[in-house]
Parts: sequence; structure tokens; C-alpha cells
Amino acid sequence: MYTEKVMEYFTKQENVGEIPDADGEGTITSPTCGDLMKVTIRVKDDVIEDVKVKTFGCGAAIASAAMLTELVKGMPLSEAMSVTNMDVAEALGGLPSQKLHCSNLAADALQEAIADYKERNGNEATGQRGKRKEVPCQLEEAKGK
Amino acid sequence: MRRVYMDNSATTPVRQEVIEAMSECMKDDFGNPSSLHWFGRQARRRMETAREQVAGLIGAEPEEIVFTSGGTEADNMVMKGVTQQLRHKGRHVITSSVEHHAILHTGEYLEKNGFDVTYLAVDEHGRVDPDHLRHAIGPQTTLVSIMLANNEVGTIQPIEELAAICRENGVLFHTDAVQGVGQLDVDVETLGVDFLSLSGHKLYGPKGVGALYVRRNRRFQPLFHGGGHERRRRAGTENIPGIVGLGLACQLSHEELPERREKLVAMRDGLIAGLIERVEDVQLNGHPSERLPNNCNLSFNYVEGEAMLLNLDLQGIAVASGSACTSGSIEPSHVLLAMGVSRELAQGSLRLSLGSFNCTEDVDYVLETLPPIVDKLRQMSPLYHGKE
Ligand SMILES: Cc1ncc(COP(=O)(O)O)c(C=O)c1O
Ligand code: FES
Repeated sequence: MYTEKVMEYFTKQENVGEIPDADGEGTITSPTCGDLMKVTIRVKDDVIEDVKVKTFGCGAAIASAAMLTELVKGMPLSEAMSVTNMDVAEALGGLPSQKLHCSNLAADALQEAIADYKERNGNEATGQRGKRKEVPCQLEEAKGK
Repeated sequence: MRRVYMDNSATTPVRQEVIEAMSECMKDDFGNPSSLHWFGRQARRRMETAREQVAGLIGAEPEEIVFTSGGTEADNMVMKGVTQQLRHKGRHVITSSVEHHAILHTGEYLEKNGFDVTYLAVDEHGRVDPDHLRHAIGPQTTLVSIMLANNEVGTIQPIEELAAICRENGVLFHTDAVQGVGQLDVDVETLGVDFLSLSGHKLYGPKGVGALYVRRNRRFQPLFHGGGHERRRRAGTENIPGIVGLGLACQLSHEELPERREKLVAMRDGLIAGLIERVEDVQLNGHPSERLPNNCNLSFNYVEGEAMLLNLDLQGIAVASGSACTSGSIEPSHVLLAMGVSRELAQGSLRLSLGSFNCTEDVDYVLETLPPIVDKLRQMSPLYHGKE
């Protein structure tokens, strides 16, 4: 059910982990399945110099995390702020429809990390955070998690 | 690459003898068993031999076996057919919350059609309490259906006791024995059941064929209407090659059962003990002793089942997981949740189900391969903070 590209990124380990003393961090729990992702970034001159991800999630989530880090490493913040889950899913050659929410996890955790960076530096967050379309929560328990 | 198949609860490989018997049957005995001529009689003879073989494995009479397209059809036949037959007597059915979807979703269908269905809770090991059943039976109850052994966690239900309660109360009892037949001693008289479902592809036979045991004089409305096949209980020209394959698979199971079980139990116990020894924060799901000889179901804290499954697949090992991600839904295993396992641990569950084609080297390969995968995924997990 996964494309070869997804499986390739699923096994990539380069950007797995956490940046110590990161400039921004974002953790998101999926309202759909309860899985979880944490993105940390280092920013220099308004460019994402480094990015690392930790994932508790399925194959699609892990592959999305790896793809996201490749996409945004070296990217100016202004550009990274408009990266969406569809960008990640498309770069992976598509995801099964019931797995699209997994790419949300990656994009949302990134936007959260950027917002965190901006807040720490006294800026208003103006990225995709808050703009994205919510996938309605179908599990009461997942909300509380 | 070494390939290890440990998903025998999903389906088993087919025995070579079965493949040969089936292709021979397609070549030589292609007749329609309803035909009066020699070709038809030849096909009928093969079908009746198979019926004896299936009956022999479960201690039934050949006339009590109805061939079906598998476990799902046998389950539907009972759930819909018996409730329909007895709807004037009552409209209440009892089953459990850990049944296969072939029963659960049929129960939901019945609910939409004016029946009441009670789904009995289970304890932390996945077992139904006979007292709960006794209290759930009312004057409206016509049918109780409880599986012999669970397909996810392998827990074996106290069927003898449950069936006896139903008999005392004049209620019919069905067991879905799809996972148990071929691994456990299954005797319909000892169990005291009225109906029993079994399936070919879980006991080294072909897919798309199974059987329903129907105790003498137990009636039900047929699912299919058409010709008078299977004593008017299941219309449609019989799947003779499949039935021949099922029959032989049952006979081989009958002959090899004690040896097969011993081998499976040894591998299973080695697998469970080995994994618990090598990996921290692991829990065994299901019953410690009342479990299928081939079932090992473990939850690994901090990691997600599908990620483990895919990593194992990359190393040639085939297993299953109860995580939401693999079930194609967003809900983790209903069985684990019914047993009170937390969502997180249900997400981290892995089912390794052995078969008679496995060997000790397969177990060793898994013991060697899985722990580093769990370790790698834990290092990647934001939930894991390592051991202090
Ligand atoms: C307990 C149980 N019941 C029913 C079935 C369905 O059997 P079949 O695949 O033959 O329709 C299965 C197999 O998945 C099973 O494990
Ligand atoms: S991240 Fe939960 S199903 Fe993919």
C-alpha cells in the first residue's frame, strides 16, 4: 500500500533525533490516531539550519518526518512557513487516503516549532499555524491524550 | 534474504499434498456432483470423502457438515439463519466483545434489523465469565455465539462451560472455531455445541472454503436460495477442488495434531520468553496458559506496531499488528481495548503467529532481528526517555 519512495524515506535515519538547546520545538498529537511527533529546529539568519524529528507513529508518519526534514533544511523561515502536509505527501509520491493525516503530523509539528521560535524571539507567528484545515476528531480518548 | 512467515493466524501456507490432491481433482473429477452420470458420481464421491474427513477431525457425523465459502460465511449462516428461524420465539442474541468481525459486524446488522444483541465483556486476559453469560440469558434469547480461540491474542474460551449453560436454558450455542481447529482437540460432543465454524486456509488448506457443523435436527434459514445442495442448507454447485483440499487438510491435521501442537508450543514459549528477556518494557497480551499453541502477542511500550511490522518486513519477517495504522481504520484492535489494554500499548502490539512450516531457526532469527528494531524505534520515539 506504500510507494517505494515512502519505504525509502521510512528507513532514512539522518535527521532522526532532537537538537539539544534547539531554537524552536513543536510537538503535535494527531487528533485522528493519537500518534505523536516532535520537531526541533536550529535557525540562523532566518534560515532553518538544522532540523530533527522524533516520531511515535506509523510508517507514513516516519516517512513524512524524514521527507519534511529534507524539504526544509536550509530553507528560509518565510518559505518554510508555507510548507503543508500536501507538499510532504506529494514529495513522497502520494499516501493512501487514510494515511494523509500522518503527513499532517509532520507539517503541523514544523509549524509549531517555527511558531515557538518566533515567540521566543518576540515575533508574531504568521505561518500556517491556525490556518490549516482541521481533521475532525473522531475519538474522544485521542483528544485527551 | 531469509524469509520467515509468522502470520499463520492470517492464513497458513498450503500443504503440498493438498495442492496435489486439488489439482488432480480439477483435472480428473471435474463433474458436477449433482449429475447422475459417472462424472457426476465421481465428483460426489470425492466430496463425500471430504465430508467424512472434516467430520472426523471434530467428532461429528458427515451429515452434520455443511460446506461453505469459509469462516465468514459459516458465521453469517448461523447468526442470520438461526435468529431468523427462531424470531417468533425471541429476538435476543448474545456474543462477546472480542469476536472476529464476521460475528461482530453481523451482530450490528442484526441490531439494525430489530434484534437485540448483547456483547459480553471479557477480563484482562480476554476471557468471558460464564456467570456473565448466565445473567445475560433471558426469555427472548435464542442464540449465543462465543469463539473457541481468539485470532489476535489466542485466548481460549471456556466453551464447555458456556455451552452447558446454554443447554440448561434451552438456548442454541455456536462457536467460531476457525483459529482453534487444527491446533486444539476439538470435539463437538465434548464441547457440547450446536454449531461450529471452521475454515480451510487456517489449517494448511485452500482459501475460500470452510464448513459449518450443524448438530442433527438444528434448523436455520439458508443464506442462499437456489438448488437443493447441501441438504437444502446451502444452494450453489459445490467447490469440489476446494472441498477436497479442505478434507485432506483436516485429515492431516487429525493425524498430526499431537505432534504439531507440541512443536508449536515449544516454539511459542521460546519466542515469548526470548523476547521478554531481550527487550525491556514488554507485556504479553492474552492468557498466560489458556492460549493457542501458535500465538505470541506482545505490546512494546513507546513504539508503534506498524513501524515494527514494516521494519521486520524489510528484514524478511512477516507478522501482524493490532495498531490502528495497520487495520486501515483509526481504531486500534477492538480485542485489546476490550481487555483493558491502553490505547498506547494497543498501538504498540505485535502478533507473531507460528505454523507447522516454522522451525527453531525462524524463532532465533526473530529473536535476533526484533530487539534492535524496537531499540531503534524507541530512540526515534518522543515518548521514550531511556533508562536512568
Ligand atoms: C476467528 C475467525 N473467524 C472467522 C474468520 C474468517 O474466516 P474466512 O477468512 O475463512 O472467511 C477468521 C479469519 O480471518 C478468524 O480468524
Ligand atoms: S501517524 Fe497514526 S496512523 Fe499514521
